[in-house]
Amino acid sequence: MADTLQVELVAADRTVWSGSATMVIARTVEGDVGVLRGHAPLLSLLTDAVVEITGDEGDVVVAAVDGGFLSVAGDRVSILSEHAVLAEDINVDQARIDLDEARGGDAAPDETERRIRRAEARIRAVEKAR
Amino acid sequence: MAVSLREYRARIKSTESMKKITRAMELIAASRIIKAQQRAQAAAPYARELTRAVSAVATFSNVDHPLTTEQEDANRAAVLIVTSDRGLAGAYSSSVLKEAERLAEKLREEGKEIDFYIAGRKGEAYFKFRNRQIVRSWTGFSDQPSYDIAAEVGEALIAAFLKEREEKGGVDEVHVVYTRFRSMLVQEPTAVRLLPLEVVEGTEAPEKGDVLPLYEFEPSPEAVLDGLLPQYVQSRIFFAMLQAAASELAARQKAMKSATDNAEELIKKYTRVANQARQAGITQEISEIVGGVNALADASAGSE
Repeated sequence: MADTLQVELVAADRTVWSGSATMVIARTVEGDVGVLRGHAPLLSLLTDAVVEITGDEGDVVVAAVDGGFLSVAGDRVSILSEHAVLAEDINVDQARIDLDEARGGDAAPDETERRIRRAEARIRAVEKAR
Repeated sequence: MAVSLREYRARIKSTESMKKITRAMELIAASRIIKAQQRAQAAAPYARELTRAVSAVATFSNVDHPLTTEQEDANRAAVLIVTSDRGLAGAYSSSVLKEAERLAEKLREEGKEIDFYIAGRKGEAYFKFRNRQIVRSWTGFSDQPSYDIAAEVGEALIAAFLKEREEKGGVDEVHVVYTRFRSMLVQEPTAVRLLPLEVVEGTEAPEKGDVLPLYEFEPSPEAVLDGLLPQYVQSRIFFAMLQAAASELAARQKAMKSATDNAEELIKKYTRVANQARQAGITQEISEIVGGVNALADASAGSE
């Protein structure tokens, strides 16, 4: 326990991933942040993007989150998001369709942008996991 | 015997099929409760982490947020009532509505006007039948609420809370009435105030010499709180809905169990009465035959 991070990736209705890890990379509203052991306590807003967790055996877990928070305190990292999906559970084709729909859709500009970002985050997550 | 044997048999048959239906509903409710409880458990980590984060911000920074500030002379309150979509759950919906009426009475005494928000068809019907105004209602999910619905409800309530009071639909307080799931046997209707938020500050007092974690906030404490609090509200609503769903199913199971037991009783009673009627019929037939034989015997004895 002493030399790893305790990571919990939690969506609103379930725990998506939890375990020990050596590194967590996430994208906050101000830019990418990497968390290693001994990081200062941090509470930060995430954007719709990819989260990478490097497990303690070198395996990499990739997930897409729709906004949310990253909280770090005493080697405990929690990533909270209303929707969080692991890369292997993402349906790429559906994400591509969503992306096209969002681009061609006539929703409000904010909404369109958000949809595009979400779909792109999913596609990127899958590509990274490959 | 006023009613014939055939009619009793028909009654037994219909009671039996009723019993089959209520028994099936009981079993369905029982199996769904387990799922509902699992969902509630699965949602718990999110609520726990969120609460921890919110109390961290509240404890380690002095930020005032519109969602936590109390209005001085509050005169309008919104009440969200979480009811079920379907009946056949005993007193479930009526007891939560009764609790809501009690809360409304209390708020009116404090001089507040009330805007009602309803989740569930039963509550909607209750208000429609009495020709009372509701601001908004959501239906069709009561036994398995999804987070998206809770988020939608939360957004509507937060929007109403944040509106200035002169605007139409603006409120100063938000209350939620739902049924808390204590156990399979006990569910109690509960009313809680959701907004303005009362953040539970750091649950444990820091020990002496223990350095409090000094959080860094990115981009700023205000922005973090801005993002955190609405989600906290939504997760509270989601929690209330999950509890209500589990309670509804438990109430339905209980109601259906007593309906099944009642049907069994009725069947027993009708079977007894039917048997009595059958035996009375047989007795009568025998006495008629015996009477007939006696009469014949008497007649033939006289002719000899």
